[in-house]
Amino acid sequence: MTSRSALSALRPGRFDWTGLFFALFLTIVIAVPLLVVVTWAFTEVWRYPSVIPQQFGLRFWHQTLSRADVWEALWISIRLSATVTLLSAVICLPAAYAFARMKFPGRDIFFLSFLASHAFPKFGLLVAIAAIFLKLNLIATFWGVVLIQLVGTLMLMIWIPVAAFQAVDRRMEEAARDVGASPLRVFWSITLPQAGPTIFAAVLLTFVSTFYETEGAWLIGAPQIRTMPVLMISYINNQIVVQYGAVLSVILWVPSFIALMFARRVVSNGGFAKGFGA
Amino acid sequence: MARLTIEHLRKSFGVTAAVDDFSLTVEDGELVCLLGPSGSGKSTILRMIGGFEQPTSGTLAIDGQDVTRLPPERRPTGMMFQSHALWSHMNVFNNIAFGLKLRRLPRAEIRRKVEEALELVGLAGYGPRQTFQLSGGQQQRVALARSLVLAPKILLLDEPFASLDQHLRERLREEVREIQQRLGITTLFVTHGQDEALAMADRIVVLRNGQCEQVDAPDVVYRQPQTEFVAGFIGSMNFLRANVEGGTFRHGDLSIALDVADGPAVLAIRPEDLGLAQAEGETGAIVLRSTDFGSHIMVELESEGATRVKAMTSPATRFEKGARARLSPTTYGVYRDNRLIASGRLTALPVTGRAHHAVETA
Repeated sequence: MTSRSALSALRPGRFDWTGLFFALFLTIVIAVPLLVVVTWAFTEVWRYPSVIPQQFGLRFWHQTLSRADVWEALWISIRLSATVTLLSAVICLPAAYAFARMKFPGRDIFFLSFLASHAFPKFGLLVAIAAIFLKLNLIATFWGVVLIQLVGTLMLMIWIPVAAFQAVDRRMEEAARDVGASPLRVFWSITLPQAGPTIFAAVLLTFVSTFYETEGAWLIGAPQIRTMPVLMISYINNQIVVQYGAVLSVILWVPSFIALMFARRVVSNGGFAKGFGA
Repeated sequence: MARLTIEHLRKSFGVTAAVDDFSLTVEDGELVCLLGPSGSGKSTILRMIGGFEQPTSGTLAIDGQDVTRLPPERRPTGMMFQSHALWSHMNVFNNIAFGLKLRRLPRAEIRRKVEEALELVGLAGYGPRQTFQLSGGQQQRVALARSLVLAPKILLLDEPFASLDQHLRERLREEVREIQQRLGITTLFVTHGQDEALAMADRIVVLRNGQCEQVDAPDVVYRQPQTEFVAGFIGSMNFLRANVEGGTFRHGDLSIALDVADGPAVLAIRPEDLGLAQAEGETGAIVLRSTDFGSHIMVELESEGATRVKAMTSPATRFEKGARARLSPTTYGVYRDNRLIASGRLTALPVTGRAHHAVETA
């Protein structure tokens, strides 16, 4: 496949039909649903069988944004995501370094156990945890949701940084020891900056995935702690007004869009690929 | 300036001994080369001196001070790595300045020292460059400057030119030797390239299986190898195997009187010490090939028992393929169980005739 498309790239006259097909296919699969959602967000009246809405407008934006619970949910979501990401980084990065660089008994089993939490059917795990949280009075509290979401971030925040730390050339670290840096200083000045771009990508992914996490937030947090995605679900469940969901979806794009912009900078510097050993 | 003393150094990985009872003293300002095939333990010795490996037993002392248990950051050593190991997230200036910053020197002094170091390695003005913008040779120079800027007592070089091409390697090793002499810095150099060792070192340590085979000046190592391994490892060497019987070593029509006990022995002759004489009839070695290098001709022959030998001859006499020639060594060494048991010098055989060999045994 690759050799063939490389060949056709060499021959200027030939048109790459396969490439065009894939491009079109991906556009339809990815762009059309997005387009529909965005269209709904700016629609006031859209009745079957019309292909385009009868009336466009910002009425539902006013209605959504004037609701206090939307702003409250947004604020909770941001606070939750930031707290979870920070805690996850504090717990996982040193652990990832230990997995990547140190030898200790049970290392491999321990490492695999992070995968195990993701191998379970997640909802079952959540219900079991919820039962424990009920006894600990953590249900419907901010820290209860933080804890449950933290579990979900562990794998991402361990596995990607482990790969990043392993990709750092040991000689670089030894050279730093050689010129007088203590092990801690080597980690801070050499290892972390070398693994930095990849770790940054992992942190970003953690933030975004926490922001959109629904099951745990709903099961543990409801009814007091309502994050944006949970609020969206309740809107869709309670009132069959498509526009509420659509408007919230468009709003929820903002954090992931910002994240993508950052990620692009990292990727275009080549740092992302370098972290994975390319 | 410093003197390095290594005593009974030993390093085991599991059951295998990478370094086995190694002792060496490197004098102030001396450049000593650790030479050996891969797996001979030379890099392990260097890494133990740098503090990156802990010796299983033995001691290391710099200027009489025991450093065996010190971590690398507290040792007065500077190491230059094979893969240069520059920090790619810092520019050239910061790579060199990092160690100085750790020592909390004033900003102006750091700047002055870094510029001096860059000038020393011929890269003045390269400070703001990124390391990946430099060529392989320039990267190694930056690595050297990074080590030298801290004025280490001992400079350790771990195959620093292995990744460079032949031409660059030769130029850089001359430069490193020149800088080393100018600064008078005690240096240990690890290499598996014998030409590098012969060209740079004051003394060469030949290692095999973690043990020292010979420590001597390059010319001595080349001309008086003390073991069969050293004889074969450095330069090109012909080995003829035979039994000594009644005080005579006999191989084909070559016979040498030796003052050694009877038994198996290996006769070692360098190609430049092996003359060829015309043979009579069906005796002597058969010429397989002769290659003209301009200044000399390298003749390859097959002697008794399918033993291949090489002789360096003057372009004046030609030996055609298939011709017969008699081996006429001028200098030789005799080894038994890897040890040198005899060496000697013979007067060259006249081109014709079968005169008795004049032997002088050392």
